[in-house]
Amino acid sequence: MSEDTTTRGGDPRRWLSRAVTLPYVWLLLFFLAPFLIILKISFAEPIVAQPPFTPLLEWGERGFEGLRTTFENYAFLFQDGYYGIIYLASLKMAAIGTLLCLLLGYPMAYFIARQPSRRRQVLLLAVILPFWISFLLRVYAWIGLLNNRGVINNVLMSLGVIDEPLTMLYNDFAVYIGIVYSYLPFMILPLYANLERLDVDLLDAAADLGAKRWQAFLDVTLPLSMPGIVGGCLLVFIPAVGEFTIPALLGGADTLMIGRVLWDEFFVSRDWPVASAVSIVLVLLLVAPIMWFQHVQSREQEAGR
Amino acid sequence: MNRIGNGGSKNAEPAARPATGPREPAGVPLVQIQDLTKRFDGVTAVDCVSLDILRGELFAILGSSGCGKTTLLRLLAGFEQPTSGTILIDGVDMTQVPPYERPVNLMFQSYALFPHMTVAQNVAYGLKKERLPAARIKERVAEMLALVKLEALAARKPDKLSGGEKQRVALARALIKRPKLLLLDEPLAALDKKLREHTQFELANLQYQLGTTFVVVTHDQDEAMTLASRIAVMEQGRIAQVGTPGEVYEFPANRFVADFVGDINLIDGRVAGAGAGRLSLRCETLGAELTALSDEAVANDTAICVAVRPEKITISRQPPDATDRNVLKGVVLDLGYFGDQSLYRVRLPSGAVLQVISQNLRRSASLTVEWDDEVYLSWDVASTILLRE
Repeated sequence: MSEDTTTRGGDPRRWLSRAVTLPYVWLLLFFLAPFLIILKISFAEPIVAQPPFTPLLEWGERGFEGLRTTFENYAFLFQDGYYGIIYLASLKMAAIGTLLCLLLGYPMAYFIARQPSRRRQVLLLAVILPFWISFLLRVYAWIGLLNNRGVINNVLMSLGVIDEPLTMLYNDFAVYIGIVYSYLPFMILPLYANLERLDVDLLDAAADLGAKRWQAFLDVTLPLSMPGIVGGCLLVFIPAVGEFTIPALLGGADTLMIGRVLWDEFFVSRDWPVASAVSIVLVLLLVAPIMWFQHVQSREQEAGR
Repeated sequence: MNRIGNGGSKNAEPAARPATGPREPAGVPLVQIQDLTKRFDGVTAVDCVSLDILRGELFAILGSSGCGKTTLLRLLAGFEQPTSGTILIDGVDMTQVPPYERPVNLMFQSYALFPHMTVAQNVAYGLKKERLPAARIKERVAEMLALVKLEALAARKPDKLSGGEKQRVALARALIKRPKLLLLDEPLAALDKKLREHTQFELANLQYQLGTTFVVVTHDQDEAMTLASRIAVMEQGRIAQVGTPGEVYEFPANRFVADFVGDINLIDGRVAGAGAGRLSLRCETLGAELTALSDEAVANDTAICVAVRPEKITISRQPPDATDRNVLKGVVLDLGYFGDQSLYRVRLPSGAVLQVISQNLRRSASLTVEWDDEVYLSWDVASTILLRE
């Protein structure tokens, strides 16, 4: 049997490995290559030219003359306290947004996972449904809702709950709303996948041994859902740190997030080398939690073996 | 060779059963189940069950899957609320008591060990919820691990344990709170055959040592017979019979029990005459009349199922002495030789086939009865079981 397949159609495993390489080529081409270009630019000097930075390799009359690199862009980032504050502010906003997603997403994922299987499908579909509409449009829609003359204020005023419109737009509050709204599905899905696999016998066993329902939750459900929590949090936190659209559309002038600074450096100041340095530092900041996640996961798999 | 497959049911060796030794005298039963009914969406899983389980007993609830035995167990543990009826444990009404407050622990069929805790943490869990001081917990856990011979594995996680080790952890975890009643849901089902026989013995031993009342739910009649001091056979949510293994096997209360527990020949018959403590039964499928012992006065022509266990039938090539015996003549259709015993399927002139199991008492390489031999089947009239529908 196995000999036949080898002689006729080639080793199926080799085909599989070829198929698996394709995504890696894709990543190499469209992720790693741009990253290296940005890395290169971050060591250049800004000039008024097209492109607006000095080349990495010096070419003279006698050919290659050497590398031209400067660490000034990075030095500038660290000397100017402004960037440090913005990084911290971005991390804080992302962290609070992630926490809100977790607090909201966990009960939802738990609830969905405990439903009969047919209702589960419907509820999961409802979680994914917003993806059918462009992200940008959905964030725009919140402007219409949160505006001083938006839907929410109009309804509250016509009901007489408030006399003056509440300021809900162009501030951090609106950004949190945007983050929670946009990223909630990324929190719910990994949590659901985890909680759905939870063996209910374990909860019965805990109850049998004297645990009340909340104790069984703390002792059994919560620790066993840790991979789902970590996964969901990273899926929300990482994109939220570098988020540009939400603070740009819903945030106020004082909403400091690194995504907006990046945009400004690239397209307003046209200081590509500094902008590149900003993004490289951002990537390094985010690689740390990803590495941690990988570590946790591999340990989890080790234990599961 | 034309062999008859043997399900192994008759070959299981009886595990040593010290549990039938000294027991507390029958006083107030530990568990009193009264008219217990549980319905799920119109399906009656447990149907008006009344049952007493005595203190210190190793009680088995035997039934095929879907007969309601697991629901009954979950009602005892408190995971399900009965639709009606009551459960008293030690004289206290437990019907409304949540599982975490019952003096009852359950060993799950899946063992349900907490995967993120070590063996010691799993075993300690019940005591931690009781808020015992840490030193006391440590002591009791060590004691319990020693009892189930798991001291060496205390720091392991459950997924690094073999099936038998997991089973022992589950047992230790369920016993650590010293429950009045330990429920075991198919305790041996997940183990392989060899380990099962060994564990069966250990389980009975442990029960005897601790004196805790065990209720074992099982679909495996061998397990129930060898393990339990009393068995309740369940059928479709009802208790078909309660009795010692011997009573259930030799004196089945109805056709279901007779058929479910052990192998049996079932023959439909009608009463042809009664008197002098005997019933004469006309069995059309057999083309013969059979005699059974019975003091009951039964009207002629009443339909009664006649049954006889295969090992009660003697097979011989010479006509046997017919006093107090039912004798039939037939031809050997099939035979299976198992060394210690042989299984015969004998076709009667009427076409009916009876199973016979015969111990091979004499050492001989050749069989005394072969295929297509004409043989006589006979059994003591006292071995004839009557099953009223």
